[in-house]
Amino acid sequence: MRALSNQKLRKSLYAYAIVIIGYAVIQVLANGGGLSSAFEGQLVPICAYVVMALSLNLTVGVMGDLSLGHAGFMSVGAFSGAVACIALENMIPVPALRLTASIAVGAVCAGCAGVIIGIPVLRLKGDYLAIVTLAFGEIIKNIITCFYVGQDNRGLRFGFLTSINDLNLGDGARTIIDGPMGLRSVPKLSSFTAGFILILVTLAIILNLVNSRSGRAIMALRDNRIAAESVGIPAAKYKLMAFVTSAALAGAAGTLYVLNFSTTVASKFNFNTSILILLFVVLGGLGNMWGSIVAAALLTVLPEMLRQFNNYRMLVYAIVLILVMLATNNSSVRTLVGKMKEAAALVFKKRGTGR
Amino acid sequence: MKKSLLTMVAVVLCLCMFAGCSTDAPSGGGTQTDAETASNEVFKIGATGPLTGGAAIYGIAAKQGAELAAAEINALGGLQFEINYQDDEHDAEKAVNAYNALQDWGMQIFLSSVTSTPAVATAVEAFEDRVFGLTPSASSTAVLEGNDNIYQMCFADPNQGSATAQYVADNYPEAVVAVIYKNDDVYSKGVYDTFAAAAKELELNIVSETTFTEDSQQDFSVQIADAQNAGADFVFLPMYYQPASLIFAQANAVGYNPTYFGIDGMDGILTLEGFDTSLAEGVMLLTPFSADAQDDKTVNFVTKYQEQYGETPNQFAADGYDCVYAIYEAIQSSDGAITVDMEAPAICEELIAIFNGGFSFDGVTGAGMTWNENGEVSKSPTAVVIQDGVYVGVK
Repeated sequence: MRALSNQKLRKSLYAYAIVIIGYAVIQVLANGGGLSSAFEGQLVPICAYVVMALSLNLTVGVMGDLSLGHAGFMSVGAFSGAVACIALENMIPVPALRLTASIAVGAVCAGCAGVIIGIPVLRLKGDYLAIVTLAFGEIIKNIITCFYVGQDNRGLRFGFLTSINDLNLGDGARTIIDGPMGLRSVPKLSSFTAGFILILVTLAIILNLVNSRSGRAIMALRDNRIAAESVGIPAAKYKLMAFVTSAALAGAAGTLYVLNFSTTVASKFNFNTSILILLFVVLGGLGNMWGSIVAAALLTVLPEMLRQFNNYRMLVYAIVLILVMLATNNSSVRTLVGKMKEAAALVFKKRGTGR
Repeated sequence: MKKSLLTMVAVVLCLCMFAGCSTDAPSGGGTQTDAETASNEVFKIGATGPLTGGAAIYGIAAKQGAELAAAEINALGGLQFEINYQDDEHDAEKAVNAYNALQDWGMQIFLSSVTSTPAVATAVEAFEDRVFGLTPSASSTAVLEGNDNIYQMCFADPNQGSATAQYVADNYPEAVVAVIYKNDDVYSKGVYDTFAAAAKELELNIVSETTFTEDSQQDFSVQIADAQNAGADFVFLPMYYQPASLIFAQANAVGYNPTYFGIDGMDGILTLEGFDTSLAEGVMLLTPFSADAQDDKTVNFVTKYQEQYGETPNQFAADGYDCVYAIYEAIQSSDGAITVDMEAPAICEELIAIFNGGFSFDGVTGAGMTWNENGEVSKSPTAVVIQDGVYVGVK
């Protein structure tokens, strides 16, 4: 039992260590001018995708339910967070505070969407849940496409299925969400540091949940639902807890993402984006948080690194993915890695006792 | 077991990254030294466009047009241009990545992005970095809003919509009009909105307005039936050519043959693979460029383009071609104020002064083009009609 908890602790430490070391290295490089602007421009999206991967890992890896509509929560968080950010412009002039408030609004809205979807859906099992979440993602996309939000001196104005001209904006008119044209002139508040802090907060929330009594209940439900229910674990409650946490974190990631670009359209958060995030989780390993972090970061950077291949970029990307999958299932490579890990564990232990 | 698998993934991915870095580093270093030596000789013109994916035909056309123009200019022996087109997959995030890659390359002048959504995202970046942008075909007004250094070579969406309404009102006052548009698309919705507003003023008789989205652009039976039942004899299709080609085929199958009117996105339908061009017979579109025009510039451009790429250039290619020539002439008209060793922000201020200072340009997409301080171009669209599989100017 103690060995088990040690192992868990070590895994958690890995996750924090990767994030903190990554942040430190990039900061040093950035200050030294060693980063290309191509890479620097990707730092915030990487942070957002890492948070997305972590939060989806909570649903898919820890709770054991396949969700194909995670981009839908990102979308809810993105659009609500951006509207909040613009609406709060006069109330909170400090950018950092406004960013925090916007992320909180995004997380709360996405969490509410999570509750609405979760209550009926989590009574379903397996494939049915996947299908319903898929539908949810598409519904969110289509709703936001028909959604219009404008701001004038009297406050925010909302419209649905009309056009921005029908909102009758008065003095000081400003278009925020223009239906299919998406968000307009969003202030760029996100920074790499904000992304880094959001990743740490996400990690803290998820790892604490997983290692708590509730987390054990969630995993028990994943491993054997009937057995878990027979000892009195309320399935609906715990599943909803994990699902809503996951949705809220995705919403926070969405806000972080959207405040990095001046414009974003609803169709960006489509089925492909959901699958991309699922890909991060699967490649990183179900239930493995540091794996998700590494996979999300690398797979976001990879297509840009392949720019030199021009038109063959997508082909190379696909080949790399296939090779990775093949390599991970190759027994001789695995033995090698096992040996390397043993050596690493020895070093780790020595260092542990050295302290 | 599971953990070792995960470690493996991580290790392989790390290796991939290092592999990427190691191949990257020398080539990156190489381009930098190239840049240092070459910066004294060539203007570095960067651009982003969809070279892959659903909108690729526009990006590739604009790229080919721009490269053809640069090759011609370089052959003259005076100013030398180097064009670098990066793929943005018609996505704002990818476009910003592509823009940043161009910055690393040492871009001095930016041809902006080919399509609207990416162009809005890159315009803000270019505005912050003070890089002069001239987009061939991103027609949304949002591209120009608040950015004093971004200019358009194409008509803005509102102009297309109102010009079409005006054209219909002038030439077909009795027309019974139906509109089918894509309501999750910036371009289609933007043109529709202004068309609808102008049509109201001009008292056009619009009997049917139906929509579709990215996910429902395979089956148009509902929209076609609505237009047919309402008795429309004139159907306005503000959209790209792929859905339009399906509308032609499906309407033809139910025996509905109204007069179709498209906008510049319809351009390209004749080169669509597997499309029966006889279906597009009689389709009218408002475009600033028609490949059958007989003026020297157009003939020269079309012949060379056909030689080089084996296809008839569409309007996007013409826009790309004109963009490079416009920048070339602007630099020439600066009388040496703009030199190749200048940084992007300095070039930007000079070019803004030229484009705002009564600079006029004759290209293949129009003569006597001028720009206002917002960055909008003023040129007159011409209506063309498809006859026997080619565009013919409407008399």
